[in-house]
Amino acid sequence: MKTELRTALRIGLLGGLVASHICLVGMLETFAKRNLIGDYLSMGYLLLLTLFLFVGYKATQVAQKAATGLLCAIIAGGITGASLSDLVFLTQNFQLREIFAHASPALVKLLTLGQSKSLGLLIPIVSGISWSLFGGFFALLPKLWRRVLLNTLLLTLLLGLLRDILNSLLPGDFGKTLFTSSGLTYIGAGSSLFCGGILIWAFLTYREQQKLKPETSESRNSPLQKLLFSLLILFLLTFPLWSKSFLSNVADSVGLYIIMGLGLNLVVGFAGMLDLGFVAFYAIGAYTMAVLTSPSGIFHFSFWQALPFSMLIAMSGGIILGLPILRMRGDYLAIATLGFGEIIRILVISDFLKPYLGGAQGITNIGKPEIAQFTFKNPEHFYYLILIGCLIAWFIASRLKKSRLGRAWMAIREDEDVAQAMGINRVTTKLTAFAIGALFGGLSGAIFASMVDSVVPKSFDLLISINVLALIIVGGIGSLPGVLVGAVVLVGLPELLREFQEYRLLVYGAVLVTMMLYRPEGLWPEVTLQHILHKTAQPEFPVRPLPTPEKK
Amino acid sequence: MYLFGRRIDASQIIVWIIGGVLFLLVLIGSISTLLTERYTVKQWLDFIIFGAAQGGIYALIALGYTMVYGVLRLINFAHGEVFMSGAFSAYFLAAALDKAMLLNRYPIPCLLVIAFLSAAVSATVAVCLERIAYRPLRRAPRLVNLITAIGASFFLQYTFRGLYGSGVEVYPDIAILKGDFWGIRKTLLVVCGSALAMLGILYAFIQGTKTGRAIRAISEDLETAALMGVDVDQTIAITFAVGGSTAGIAGVLYALIFSQVNFFMGFVPGMKAFTAAVMGGIGNVPGAALGGFLLGIFEAVGPSLFLDGLGIPAANQLKDVIAFTLLVLILIFRPTGLLGERLAVKRT
Repeated sequence: MKTELRTALRIGLLGGLVASHICLVGMLETFAKRNLIGDYLSMGYLLLLTLFLFVGYKATQVAQKAATGLLCAIIAGGITGASLSDLVFLTQNFQLREIFAHASPALVKLLTLGQSKSLGLLIPIVSGISWSLFGGFFALLPKLWRRVLLNTLLLTLLLGLLRDILNSLLPGDFGKTLFTSSGLTYIGAGSSLFCGGILIWAFLTYREQQKLKPETSESRNSPLQKLLFSLLILFLLTFPLWSKSFLSNVADSVGLYIIMGLGLNLVVGFAGMLDLGFVAFYAIGAYTMAVLTSPSGIFHFSFWQALPFSMLIAMSGGIILGLPILRMRGDYLAIATLGFGEIIRILVISDFLKPYLGGAQGITNIGKPEIAQFTFKNPEHFYYLILIGCLIAWFIASRLKKSRLGRAWMAIREDEDVAQAMGINRVTTKLTAFAIGALFGGLSGAIFASMVDSVVPKSFDLLISINVLALIIVGGIGSLPGVLVGAVVLVGLPELLREFQEYRLLVYGAVLVTMMLYRPEGLWPEVTLQHILHKTAQPEFPVRPLPTPEKK
Repeated sequence: MYLFGRRIDASQIIVWIIGGVLFLLVLIGSISTLLTERYTVKQWLDFIIFGAAQGGIYALIALGYTMVYGVLRLINFAHGEVFMSGAFSAYFLAAALDKAMLLNRYPIPCLLVIAFLSAAVSATVAVCLERIAYRPLRRAPRLVNLITAIGASFFLQYTFRGLYGSGVEVYPDIAILKGDFWGIRKTLLVVCGSALAMLGILYAFIQGTKTGRAIRAISEDLETAALMGVDVDQTIAITFAVGGSTAGIAGVLYALIFSQVNFFMGFVPGMKAFTAAVMGGIGNVPGAALGGFLLGIFEAVGPSLFLDGLGIPAANQLKDVIAFTLLVLILIFRPTGLLGERLAVKRT
């Protein structure tokens, strides 16, 4: 009992810290501007509600008996709420705003729901307790119900967030009953909860039953899966035809990140070398394209003539960088690549190379790809180019993974010395990883330059490297489908959430740390890496079960 | 291929060629600058003193990298942000004191209070970082640790941006530090002096006290130290606290020289301090100090010395390129640093 209460206390304090952090960095205020469901439930409140629910859930989980669990939930939620009341009190009575830019009256109004002083102070506590109690009840539900509920809520949330896409798909009147100007209406939310709940329940029970049956080769290629697959292809092919230009733009940047992600995945995921300067290759590709095709330059190439050069020069950049740093391991390599990325950026921006690269103004009027008489101009046109690029990159990456070279990379990732002893040439193997990764980066950069029609040094800062790295990690290190998932989650979603932009990197940082703490293998894990990354403590004598032969 | 009885592969030859070309460029540039007598002796002296002051700051930050690397074998990417947090708290306290008209009436006590507060804030940030992000992952694979550190770095950076806004805050002036002393800016002298004093205190702490001995023991061999009765968790936390507080003081000194703070300020000094730590030999405390001063001077003198000589316009823009190139070169040619790593067992 005593330890349980202490844990509840700790969870509550941590929750309070997180809640105050959310408020003070201004996330609550910014997110409150977007109403997700009806006129009341904004994204900001949703953030706090999720936190309360989570606090209650966690506190209940540690307890053994249901009653103690709920008590713990109340205590933890109360403390979390109280810390918010505390924040309100401090903001009202002291000049907190001189230090914390976001401790404003608007924040107080949000937290107290516009109530007067003493009542307003109670509101966060009461809501904290009640919502964590809900979280506690949630923890006590049976597993199936918990999963159904969780997935339904997530689905509704996602529908609200994706309002822009979905609303453009629906006929006007029907769209209006389901969607408001920024999210779901009550009817929309209710129907999503109801229908989604039933569907997810049906799906989960179906899968449970499927699991009991022995797996056959037929169930792997069921007609359902084929149908889904062809639907997906249809969706991808026709996407720009029915979506708005804005959405094609988003899809384009997702696609560019997928190409880069696939490239970096070869280096980080397969060969296990942490490269923090990947943006350098992207920049090299983009600048090569710009210099070769821009009318202000000397070359006047067309897009198709310049593209191979972009890729090849990026690749040689990869080799030049790779050669010296091959002998470094782990963290040194990360720092050296980080330094290399910065060197490229500073060189590009400097007056020294201004006559060639245009300094801070960059280069404009970059050549557009043409096929016969058709010129690629809009984001919609580039969508297809990028889609083809993604497919090629995917094909190469997936073939490489199963090739001899791919296995050599993975061997090096697991243990360099052993790999070398087994006859793998460390230098060439690592270099090819770097070179092919850089090639993908160059391809992505070249398309990017042509698409936005101008390159400026500002578009090539460190954040791109971090973005690409984050999407690989969130998706699952070394996993190819993970790259897609990561790109959609980390590049696509933020583009759709305009409010999110300002806090993008804050959230990335938090996501990276939490991922590493709780789910280092990512959202779509690579099976072989999963158990390596997941054990935090190695056993004294590593015992591995012998691989069981596959049943025929 | 064999050369001087050693086996050499192609990559090594290319690396040596790159290194040789760079060295030649530096040599030619320096000679041509010196022959044209572009700068007076006084100007060179100014460069060196400015470089030394900056180097002192790098040295203080580098200590944090080196000590943490010593005990955990982890590059604490977020250390630049620890430094930034110190500079920020120094700014707020200085602005408040300035408003209360105390800063210029009692400058020395005020500065001491500011330094103390910054050290405390930075130490707190560093210890929290260790407790939340690094301790649970102490036995995880290295890649996991590195990614956590990068994530933590961005989290801290943008937390500060959220808390205090993205603008550049300008530091209040301190009257007593204005003007020259024997033709040298007083601020620079103060910065150099305090950096040296801090380094001395820290060295004494690590060599002389029981806690310092515990830190050294853990650097030597964590498991054996634990068996000999060293409280590993506590000692590692202390290491972070000590590294954090020196970074905080470095933040105050940085603010004295450049008199502005913003949320992104930790990145470049952090990288350079890391360069300094590697240059001196990571894990080695006097090495970090030496590396810091050397890097500061090199970076201050370098653009005028050899980039001007090569006829590169606006050479000062390329100051950071020098530092980063130096970093890459050291990592290639002498990864153990100038003073070498003081480790009994070879690192894996």
